[in-house]
Formats: sequence, C-alpha cells, structure tokens
Amino acid sequence: MADWYTNFANSGFGTTLTKQLGLPRPAVLRRYEPGEPLLPGPVIIGSAGQGRLRDTVAAVLRDADVTVLSPVAADGSNDGEKLGAVVLDATGLTTPADLASAHDFLAPAIKRLRPSGRVLILADPPQDADSPAQAAARQAIDGLVRSIGKELLNGSTANAVYVPEGAEASVASPLKFFLSGRSAYVDGQLLAVSPADVPTGEDAAKPLAGKVAVVTGAARGIGAAIAKVMARDGAHVVAVDIPAAGESLATVANEIGGTAFQLDITASDAPQRLIEHLRERHGGVDVIVHNAGITRDKLLVNMDAARWNSVMAVNLQAQLDITQALLDDGEVLKPGARVVCVSSQSGIAGNRGQTNYAASKAGVIGMVRAWAPQFAERNATINAVAPGFIVTEMTAKMPIGTREVGSRINSLQQGGLPVDVAETIAWLSQPGSAGVNGQTVRVCGQSMLGA
Amino acid sequence: MASNSKPATRKAAIVGGNRIPFARSNSTYAQASNQDMLTATIDGLVARFGLQGKQVGEVVAGAVLKHARDFNLTRESVLGSKLDPATPAYDVQQACGTGLEAAILVANKIALGQIESGIAGGVDTTSDAPLAVGDDLRRILISLNSAKTLQDRLKAIAKIRPGMIAPEIPRNAEPRTGLAMGEHAQLTAHEWEIGREEQDELTVRSHQFMAAAYDQGFFDDLVTPFLGLTRDQNLRPDSSAEKLAKLKPVFGRALPEGAEATMTAGNSTPLTDGASAVLLASDEWAEEQGLPVLAHLVDAQTAAVDYVHGGEGLLMAPVYAVPKMLARNGLTLQDFDFYEIHEAFASTVLATMKAWEDPAYCKEKLGLDAPLGSIDRSKLNVHGSSLAAGHPFAATGGRIVASLAKTLHAAGPGKRGLISICAAGGQGVVAILES
Repeated sequence: MADWYTNFANSGFGTTLTKQLGLPRPAVLRRYEPGEPLLPGPVIIGSAGQGRLRDTVAAVLRDADVTVLSPVAADGSNDGEKLGAVVLDATGLTTPADLASAHDFLAPAIKRLRPSGRVLILADPPQDADSPAQAAARQAIDGLVRSIGKELLNGSTANAVYVPEGAEASVASPLKFFLSGRSAYVDGQLLAVSPADVPTGEDAAKPLAGKVAVVTGAARGIGAAIAKVMARDGAHVVAVDIPAAGESLATVANEIGGTAFQLDITASDAPQRLIEHLRERHGGVDVIVHNAGITRDKLLVNMDAARWNSVMAVNLQAQLDITQALLDDGEVLKPGARVVCVSSQSGIAGNRGQTNYAASKAGVIGMVRAWAPQFAERNATINAVAPGFIVTEMTAKMPIGTREVGSRINSLQQGGLPVDVAETIAWLSQPGSAGVNGQTVRVCGQSMLGA
Repeated sequence: MASNSKPATRKAAIVGGNRIPFARSNSTYAQASNQDMLTATIDGLVARFGLQGKQVGEVVAGAVLKHARDFNLTRESVLGSKLDPATPAYDVQQACGTGLEAAILVANKIALGQIESGIAGGVDTTSDAPLAVGDDLRRILISLNSAKTLQDRLKAIAKIRPGMIAPEIPRNAEPRTGLAMGEHAQLTAHEWEIGREEQDELTVRSHQFMAAAYDQGFFDDLVTPFLGLTRDQNLRPDSSAEKLAKLKPVFGRALPEGAEATMTAGNSTPLTDGASAVLLASDEWAEEQGLPVLAHLVDAQTAAVDYVHGGEGLLMAPVYAVPKMLARNGLTLQDFDFYEIHEAFASTVLATMKAWEDPAYCKEKLGLDAPLGSIDRSKLNVHGSSLAAGHPFAATGGRIVASLAKTLHAAGPGKRGLISICAAGGQGVVAILES
C-alpha cells in the first residue's frame, strides 16, 4: 500500500510527467513478506583495509540463502548481475587514506544496485580508535553513509553498523535486518552494537515463536500494526489499550490470535495489574513494547498544565513506571527480555506546537540509553524506535500541504507505513538482537528533520 | 460393579466474563439486533481469554424479547463469532432469570463431566423489539401465502381491514394479569410498607457504587465497549436522594384507594439494551488454558409463586428459592461475604430482605421455624446493580455472575456469595458462588 502520489508517480503517465517536471519520484518500497528470500538478488562484499568481519558476514548471508559475490575486479569483470545489496567491511580502516579503497569498491557496486537495494557499511566505533587519524577515518563513515543515502534512487537505502571488538556475534541480526524488506523505511542510520551473548538457531520465519509480547496502544494505528507483525513472527501478543478503546482492541486481538487487556497505563496501580495479569495468564513476559502515546498540541506559551501533564504521563512516565516495576519484580520479566520504547522524530528534531510531546519523546531516548547497562546484565535489551512521517489515520487528517511536504522531505520521498515501524520493533524484539542495546533507531526514510 | 465411566460431580469454575455497556432503550444500540450484541459480547470474551478458533463445550444463551429471525440465536451468534464454528449452542429463556439459568445449565454439564468448558450468556433489546401483526391479519396473511389461485388470493386480500394494520408492540406486562411488572412491584412495595425514601437511598447507593467501580477500573476486564459506548448509559454518578425525590411516581394504578405510590423512573430499572457472557470451565480445563479460576458455582435453585391467584407478589419467588438452597448446603443467610440481589426495582430488593426478616412470613409462607434474618447491607450489591447499570433482561444474570466471581476472587479464597434474581411469570433463580 503506497500513498496516492507514489502510485501516480509510478503509473505510465505519472512517470513521464514527474520526470519532465523534475518532481519527486518516490519508489514503491520492497517490504518483507513471509516466505520471500532475504534479498531479491546477490550481495557483494568488499573491504576497506584488513577488515575482520568479512567472513562472518559472508557466512551469515550464505546461511540465509543469499548468493555472495566477490568484489568487482579492476578489469570490470563480474559486473553483469544486478545486486540486491552492497556490504562494505570498513573495520580495517587505519587512516583516512584507506577510505579511497572504500570509494573504489562502492562506486561500481552501487551502480549495479537493483531497486530497493541496500548499502550497508560495517565499521569500528570512532571513540575506540587508537589515534586521531584512525578516529577520523572511522568518523568519516558517518558522512559517507548519510550522503550515499541521499544519492540512492529507487527505494534503495544506506545504513551503517558500528561494531566494536568482541561484538562480532552481534552483527548477524542487524545485517539481516538492514538487507531485508523489514527495514524498507530505515535509511541513513548509524547503529552501534555491543558485545552480547547472542543466541543462535532461531526460526527465520518465526523469530518470536513461543514469546509473550505486550504491546501498549494496540487498538489502532502503529500499535495495531506492531501487534500484527509480532503475532506474524510467532509471538503471543497481549494487546493493551485504554478501556474506552476496548472494542477495536478486541478486534485486533481476535485478528491475530492474541489477547486483549484493557488498562489505563497511567493509573497508579497499572504496573502491578499488568504484572499480575502476565504472571497469572502467561507465567511472565518476554517483550514489552511501550507504544501508547498521545498528542496534545499547543504552542508552549498557550499550553495549559493538563496538556503538558497528560502527554508526559502517557508518553514517558508510564514507560518508566511499568519498566521499573518489571525490573523490581525480578521474575515476571523473563531472561533475555526485550523492551522497545516508541520515541519520535519530534523528540530528535523538535516540532512547533509539540513542546510537551517532543520533550516526552526525547526523554524516552535518554531513558533507554541510561537503562541499557542494567538490561545488559540480565542479557536483556532496551531500545527505542523513533518514527518519522508515518501515514496513519492521524496524518490523513492533516491539511494536504503540510501532509505532502511532511511526507516528501526524506531520502525516500514518501511517508512510511505503520508496518515499517512495526518491523523495526519486531526486529529489536528478536532473541538474536541481543547485541543491540540502548539504541534509538529512526524509521524515517532518512528524514531531513533532526538529521 | 462400580462404574468408572462417569466422573464424580465437580464444581464448575467461573473463569471470567464479558459484557457490552448497557444502553438505554432507543439510544446507542437502537440499530443493533440481539444477534449483533451477543456476537460482539462473545467476541469480546474470546479476545479476553484467547479463545480464537477454539471450541468450547457448549454456548448457552437466550433473549427474552425475540424476533422470529432470532431462531437459533445463540448458534447463529457463535457462527458469527471468532469461536470454532464447530461449537454447539442452544437457546434458553426464563425471563429475567435467563442469564443465570444459562450459567447454571453450563455449570451442571461441567459438573457432570459432559463438557469441560462453556459460555453462558444473555442478550436483550427493547429498541430493536419485534413487532407482531394482530392475529386477524396474521391469519389472513397465512391463508394468502397458502392460496393457490388468483381468486383465492384476492379473496384473502379482500378480508384485510384498515384496523388490522396496527402492529402489536410488545408490552412489559404480565399476560395473566395485564399489569406491568412495575405495577406488580408497587403492590408488593405497598404490602411490605417499603417507603419512597429507602428506595431512593438504595438507588443512589447503586449509582455511586457502580461509578466508583468504574473509576477504580473494576470493569476493565468485565466490559468491552460497543458502538462507541464505553460505560453503562443509565449510570448517573451524580445521582442524589434530593434529585430522586423530585421524580413523580410512575406506577400505582393498581394500588388501593389512598395508598401512596412510591416507585419512580429513578428507583425502577429502565428498559435497556445489552448483552453479557460468562466463561465457565472445569478446573483442569482452565489450568490447561492458563486461565484463572475466579470462583466456583456451588449450587443453584429456582422457585415460582402463584402471583395470579395465590396472593403472592410477582417478584417474590427468590424469597422462596433461597431457604431451600441454604438448607441443602447447611448454610444460614448470614454465611455470605457478598450478596447480589438483582435490582429490578429498589422496592423488590427491600421487600425481599424484609420478607426474610419477618418471622410470621417465614413461618407461614416459607415453612421455616425461624426467620432467615437480616443481611449486612455493606455486603449488598457492592459494585452497584441493575438500578445503575440498567437491565437488559437476559443479560443481567451474566453481568452479576462475572462481577460477583471477580469480587470473591479479589477478597481471597473461601469467600461466599449469594445471587438472587427475580423474573417475570412469578419466578426466581438463585445461586451460590464461592472463591
């Protein structure tokens, strides 16, 4: 499902017109469908310097039935086949001079990318560098990948993963995510992984099999999409929303074979009631998705306390209280638990009329970063996802001008779909994502806002 | 030889319930049919307990006001729900006792080991009520339908007179006395000298208790919104004795000359639309499904009185049913932690309690050596009852069973609750739940 403009721009007449007028030409993005291969074409892996991840990457991808090609030879051979993805192992960078080989590898390879292709760069974290020159080379990846993201056409994306020494096992999960259709609207992101005990052997089709996942705000919009994707991936979903939304909540739960739990998460006894419910009905919980959120927009100078307080209570305080109660309980949160918190682009870039909302969503980013070490001790993770312009019932009510501008000012020239946010959250919830902790992943098509 | 093919009886567990908020007649649910409401209610129960695609042993439900199209109402609702289509179902009808009777029927089959789980429910609409044509017109239409020649058809049509066209609207009246239920209740209130003030007091209490229960989230796992309605429409959290005192009596035309009419639209339940459902099971089934046991249905009893010629009040049957059930279980009326006496009218609850306290009545009418005695009012209808929620006839039993089971569960193990529901036709259905 694409928006009207994307449909038009991809129609026969629309193609001609948008090309001639130089209008945005958003592509129909490749999105994950169960049963489809990870990539529609082969992947090519190259290195800048003596990388240490190349073999790991090749093994992971071969395991996922992806054809792995060698780098393009200098004479231009092996350049016939169109590529699904280009992966650069840049962990061997020692000085900025090494970047030239990155350029040598990437330029011809990217030319061969299919639509909705993927560019992924793996690098060491700049802060771990031995010398300023090495730090410079590593930090250069930041500007490189963001610029590639802006140059790519046809729904292709570019992202980077910073992999410190000892975190090699943590690469597989983000690697597969960024190359797959699950990351359709994740573009221009720099993700840091950390060393972790990464379980292996999960079912690629049902990575959440046997897991119990709570999704708050699940009655509609992005929350309903999250619940559906989690259920598709094998989880039993406990769909939570306020009692007044119970009718659509029940519909969502019934559609996905989950259960509906009506709860006002801001009630003082809400954490305890949720914990009791999870203990009694499911013996514990594996995944908590703090998605429930509200907006009460007003310019700061005109904002009353009620608007400020209600937004803070739902968007931030409830996430804190429920998470803290789960940690304090010690039992109900199962080993290897995953907590995913929904932040927002507004929390990164700010937004006029949304001081309360932006403050609460920025707070979420600080919260997951601060909690990450404590979660790591339990082999658990806590991360945030910050959606950009996502096409929902809410955005459908915006004036067309605001909506069209909002949805085009990103590298993919279109708004994302609720399922794009859901896929990212479901990926962070996977057991294999143990090495992604304390991060905030933007699902924004490389939005120009806050970048 | 001892038979081991049949399990010994066991007590059926109440796992939980669901209902839609009750709506006042001709309001939010005006366009909803019995089947719409019952299906939505079952689906809410399915969502709460994860029963999608699952088969329960039996679904038993009913409605008091039924259309001809409500043939096989419960089974049709099951087919429209998310339950396994291979789930059997049947309808029952025992006036306002329908919902509780349905629960008793399901519980008894579970007790006998005939089923492991079941859903008991009830639904009623006074908005989407069936209209019937008069008997004269109906007979003509039937003969028209069976007529074989044009001549016969014309002959049948020629018999129709304009006066026959007016439909028969269902009335809330007893067929044998022609008196509305409220008129009967007013006669009983007069007989038992139930004053206006105490009726209004009980009404205010019902509204306040139910409003508080909503505010505390008590109904969060008992109610699922429907058609945008999120709370019972009849509920008035700001109800007060002063406001109720201003209402004019609406019944009393059958009272003797000079007697005071005390029953108003405030202290009587209004016509209401809604549905409820309760999930019952064996303890084993509940455990297998990872579902809680809130309480067990211990025993039940029905009774009926001759209100036509016997000089007894129409809604007094529960007064007779309770002592029989208590005696069988070796209990006194005081051995309960909670009482749920259905508030058809405030005066009904008060007359019921007064009758149990009356030595002469208990001896002469109930054949008891001593009166059953009084009950602790602080244990009565603690989360409000029909005066606040409204009373979609067949849905009330399910509402009470689920709410009481939750209340008992929250109070801890070994707590006991009594349910007493009066019904049209001079009937009563009562039951004991225990956590």
